[in-house]
Amino acid sequence: MLFRYLFIFFLIIPIKSFALIEVDINRGNLSPLPIAVSPLSLDKETKNNLKKFLEKEDVGAEISSVVENNLKKSGLFNPLSKDSFLQKPDIAHLKPRFEDWALIKAQALITGKVTFSDEKLRVEFRLWDVLAAKEMMALAFTTVPNNWRRVGHIITDKIYERLTGEKGYFDTRIIYVSEEGPKTKRIKKLAIMDQDGFNTKYLTLGNELVLTPRFNPTNQMVTYLSYFRNLPRVYLLDIETGIQEVVGDFPGMTFAPRFSPDGKKIIMSFAKDGNSDIYTMDLENRIVERITNHPSIDTSPSYSPDGKYICFNSDRSGYQQIYIMKSDGSNVKRISFGKGLYGTPVWSPRGDLIAFTKLHKGKFYIGVMRTNGKGERLLTENFYQEAPSWSPNGRVLIFYRETKTDDKGEGFSAKLWSIDLTGYNERLVSTETDASDPSWSSLLSN
Amino acid sequence: MNLNKIFKNALLVALACLALSACAKKVGTGQMQGDVYTGTDTVEYLASGVPDRVFFATNESVLTTKSRETLRKQAAWLRKNSKINVVIEGHADERGTREYNLALGERRANAAKDYLMTYGISADRISVISYGKERPVDSGSNPLSWSKNRRSVTVKAN
Repeated sequence: MLFRYLFIFFLIIPIKSFALIEVDINRGNLSPLPIAVSPLSLDKETKNNLKKFLEKEDVGAEISSVVENNLKKSGLFNPLSKDSFLQKPDIAHLKPRFEDWALIKAQALITGKVTFSDEKLRVEFRLWDVLAAKEMMALAFTTVPNNWRRVGHIITDKIYERLTGEKGYFDTRIIYVSEEGPKTKRIKKLAIMDQDGFNTKYLTLGNELVLTPRFNPTNQMVTYLSYFRNLPRVYLLDIETGIQEVVGDFPGMTFAPRFSPDGKKIIMSFAKDGNSDIYTMDLENRIVERITNHPSIDTSPSYSPDGKYICFNSDRSGYQQIYIMKSDGSNVKRISFGKGLYGTPVWSPRGDLIAFTKLHKGKFYIGVMRTNGKGERLLTENFYQEAPSWSPNGRVLIFYRETKTDDKGEGFSAKLWSIDLTGYNERLVSTETDASDPSWSSLLSN
Repeated sequence: MNLNKIFKNALLVALACLALSACAKKVGTGQMQGDVYTGTDTVEYLASGVPDRVFFATNESVLTTKSRETLRKQAAWLRKNSKINVVIEGHADERGTREYNLALGERRANAAKDYLMTYGISADRISVISYGKERPVDSGSNPLSWSKNRRSVTVKAN
């Protein structure tokens, strides 16, 4: 359960600021950029030395496959088959023969090199514009060998940022609820994994029901709902130490927790006598504040990134709709007016959109609307899906989907899926077990 | 003669099939009124003649006439057994968002609790817990299964 975010990295060559190739991320993935990811080279001595630390034959090739996989899954890049590469990795890294790479239709090329000294892994990589025959970027990282996957994610973030002009989302984690067992007796555990499904760790044992985990802005704490001792309450968990504590002292169920963007407060619902309202608790001075006071159900609160507003779910109009208000609870305004029921509003990290779940005529949709409720766009339709969570750059949504059971009530499953904001590139996110309630971390480094 | 017999048998089988399917249909609709479950498949009993659960319409926490009747039986039983405390579990079907369903389950459990209180059961004998859509009794994905899952269940706490 312990993992530190130890990471040192050095910039060796400054980034050149003129863009050569550009990837337009607003258009959807109709023509992903052909890119060649040459395996990072490492000499024999490095290979032998590294074997003592990692059970990997060729960590250079493994890092480049992390990068390749990330780029492919983004839907914006088309990594070319390594079988077609003509130039050797070590030579390509020094001076690519651009004609060779142009021949296989690569527009961008990634090369790199791995060395090992003082028990530290040093990874350098370069990004090349094949058609302009120019280097676009060169960086090097030094870290402990066990961090090799993260090096691959950070390299992907750098490439993504250089080519799209926006921050990446690859050096991130997903916290979610792992599910096992029959539908009527699900066993649920908190789990955390890298964004690409690797390095899964379980944070609870499954003795009690746990739901809706969410990261704090620094990704060290998680707030979630636990049925510990059959008392459903919001908890706070320190991922590194494993220490858990109940949030506040409420005489009833607290649920639907999230952190404020500064990480100082937890906002959640408190249910009493059949009425749910929204409250905050300040984590420093423990002061509890009531934000809504209405006989209807008020739940699923989510702050705007500047902390000035809250969007939430209420059935005060008779049915579930999305509302926004100032963070002190004033100026409540309904923003969803389309057909159907609306739930789980989540404010985009860019501030301009709210993602939501919609239920209409027996189908569930994940969609986005502007913060004034205009411009509703439905991204995906299914039998059951809900609870979108934004990638830190606001380009991708992760959510969970449940299947319809058959005539015998069997065949139930819950899985994580992601979709691009454009509505393209819908993908199953691989998890070791069934999974639900995903929450995306912010970037771990950069 | 022979042919006639075969024909007769076939007719009988066809009739039996019709009767069966009609019967099956009857059970299907007979177990729901509107979309509130009225069957007894999943019902358990706190004591003889005292059902442990009541059912709700989609998105509703209003008690039906039948639910009120069941709760009056529970209240009478609780008055007779004054040392027994209960937990009322509120549940929702799978056709809603998790967080809203937690609130809805709490609302349903409290609707049952309030009714027991109006029949003289003290609030300190009744606690409530919502499970939202987390503990369905029926794993089916159809309106009848969902109607069985929209429920509040009174459970002995001691």
